[in-house]
Amino acid sequence: MSDEARDIVGDYRYGFHDEDKSIIRFDNGLSEQIVRDISAIKNEPEWMTDIRVKAYHHFVEREMPKWGNPEILNDIDFEAITYFLRSTDATEDDWKDVPEDIQNTFDKVGLREAENTWLGGITAQYDSEAVYHSIREDLESQGVIFLDMDSGLREHPELVKKYFGKVVPHSDNKFAALNTAVWSGGSFLYIPKGVHVEMPVQAYFRINAENMGQFERTLILADEGSSVHYIEGCTAPSYASTALHSAVVELIAMDGAKIRYSTIQNWSNNVLNLVTKRAHAMKNSTVEWIDSNIGSGLTMKYPAILLKGEGSHAEVVSVAYAGENQHQDTGAKVHHLAANTTSNIVSKSISKDGGRSTYRGLLQVTPKAHNCRSKIVCDALMLDQDSRSDTYPTMEIGNSSADLEHEASVSKVSGDQLFYLMSRGFNEQEAMGLIVNGFFDPFTRELPSDYAVEMNKLLNIKMEGSIG
Amino acid sequence: MRVMPEEILNISNLYVSVEGTEIIKGLSLTINKGEVHALMGRNGAGKSTLANALMGHPAYSIDSGEITYNGQQLEELEVFERARAGMFLSFQYPSVLPGVKVGTFLKKSIEAVSGNPIKQRDFRNQLKAAMQLLDMDRTFLSRYVNDGFSGGEKKRLEILQLVLLQPTLAMLDETDSGLDIDALKIVSKGINQVAPQAGCLVITHYQRLLEHVKADYVHVMVDGNIVKSGGPDLAHKLEEQGYDWLEAEA
Ligand SMILES: Nc1ncnc2c1ncn2[C@@H]1O[C@H](COP(=O)(O)OP(=O)(O)OP(=O)(O)O)[C@@H](O)[C@H]1O
Ligand SMILES: [Mg+2]
Repeated sequence: MSDEARDIVGDYRYGFHDEDKSIIRFDNGLSEQIVRDISAIKNEPEWMTDIRVKAYHHFVEREMPKWGNPEILNDIDFEAITYFLRSTDATEDDWKDVPEDIQNTFDKVGLREAENTWLGGITAQYDSEAVYHSIREDLESQGVIFLDMDSGLREHPELVKKYFGKVVPHSDNKFAALNTAVWSGGSFLYIPKGVHVEMPVQAYFRINAENMGQFERTLILADEGSSVHYIEGCTAPSYASTALHSAVVELIAMDGAKIRYSTIQNWSNNVLNLVTKRAHAMKNSTVEWIDSNIGSGLTMKYPAILLKGEGSHAEVVSVAYAGENQHQDTGAKVHHLAANTTSNIVSKSISKDGGRSTYRGLLQVTPKAHNCRSKIVCDALMLDQDSRSDTYPTMEIGNSSADLEHEASVSKVSGDQLFYLMSRGFNEQEAMGLIVNGFFDPFTRELPSDYAVEMNKLLNIKMEGSIG
Repeated sequence: MRVMPEEILNISNLYVSVEGTEIIKGLSLTINKGEVHALMGRNGAGKSTLANALMGHPAYSIDSGEITYNGQQLEELEVFERARAGMFLSFQYPSVLPGVKVGTFLKKSIEAVSGNPIKQRDFRNQLKAAMQLLDMDRTFLSRYVNDGFSGGEKKRLEILQLVLLQPTLAMLDETDSGLDIDALKIVSKGINQVAPQAGCLVITHYQRLLEHVKADYVHVMVDGNIVKSGGPDLAHKLEEQGYDWLEAEA
């Protein structure tokens, strides 16, 4: 990587933290009382409290997942986590009203510049809650609702009540139950019929405090014939102790709608990232998950799409980078539940310095889903001998008219490739960086150009250190 | 008055082995600025081995002998440092780089070799001139390096790099193989553009390249050594008579 890039990005350049100046911080640990307190402090309607409490009991009883990385999962000390922390009195719509160190933090992660140049709206979440929120007036006047989830519940209780937990029920898995019990923050986004949101909207999730648990909850509803691109980014300070990030994201694309959801996940390595993301795609709609996992110590995330309506389309493009002390257990799940539905899954993973990447995929075609098409491409690149890559694809095909393609490859960087690049003036690290960026190109080219540049820089930093 | 030749490369009594097998056996060669040296020889004679060893491929180990490049001991330089010092190898089998766009690759490579960032506009101008010279289509730039390229396209991309990087020592390993007549002329143009300012080592099997590129010397390699050197006539003779007479002589 160039010195210039190095100057800008350092090693993990987001590892800094602000002093904890929280105005409310609950004691560590989880109980029904903590769950009720979270609901009370937010003045929630009773039905939401009930949902939380029910989910809490399910969480307590529910077994840990047996896949992914049980060793790490079973080691989580849920009593050592802070479940709610309030940093500011209110979600501001003017940066001037946000405490200065928090402003600076969002400056450093590049959010404020992006807001000014090309985003239609942003939400900045800092630990448990949103501290800043904005939406362009033209979007608001078209009826687009973009709020943090707490405000969404306050201002649009009927919509939230109708859809909350309908795509990801609390009983889906232990961490979905946990999120439902203690959720705080996240985005609520509604796009009215026929409205095309041209500029992407973004949420940025920042963990600041030590031992924090961040449990944002996101619900996106794209009404008939509408379209939107939602981007989320996230970073955290590097601490020695574990932080937990356990989000639930629910998307509903109504008839003919299109939702693209892009994630640039760059948590510090002490964060466990255990996320449930799922979408319902109705007739002739399109849902796209563009998902990258570069950071975190352990990520378990398998964005899912239920193709419920005829002619709907699913697209999952995901990349994972597993470096030292990282395990990226990621994948995609697509359920073809209706006829003439199509899906396209591209998964790319890189393992380096003993890192571990796992692809876990599910493709289902139900008996009544005639004439479906699906293509899955799964490529793993290993940069050294110590690293590990596994692929667990599952296919449940109940309809013989399905047209399926599945390609998988595991490759290593060849000595000849490196020699070729080095003969063109690149040192080994730069050469690796080029190969890695190239490998991820099918992903990065789907991103807005600023983010693609950012992504390549991130990867170049990851290439530093142990080579040579 | 005679002008002192400017020495670029000097190889003396070089031995190179691959995986324990000796391939180059006591080879010596001097290349001065502005000279074109054609290197010919049967398959397996060791031509690519020589070029790869000079560029620093880790599979080729230099067992003994001396190589100086611009007066410096070559072995002190790593591969990328050789490139930055002006050495260039046009590969017999260029690597495929999936996902790496030609345009990006060329720009970064120019920057890596020169050690300086290049302005987008300057890059565009240089690129335009070079692609015009080589009659290359702009669509090349958005393709991935050598990915799905025909044999001839790969060779053209090598020459495009040669022209853009303007090396001091250009080694071309069978860049003329597999080219149709038009492509051969174009590739020759590229070589001729670079040749006056560089030393050139052109590995080839065909005399026809030398109709377009004026070689000052023709060397014939047999079993890891240069057994005969001469002018362009030597290439003619080889084309007509093959290598048997040389081996008999040797
Ligand atoms: N990486 C390698 N590993 C093993 N053997 C090698 C390697 N490179 C070259 N050799 C051997 O060294 C000998 C010389 O090969 P080299 O490629 O230098 O020949 P060449 O003169 O370039 O032939 P051609 O005209 O076919 O390109 C051959 O016997 C070849 O098999
Ligand atoms: Mg050869």
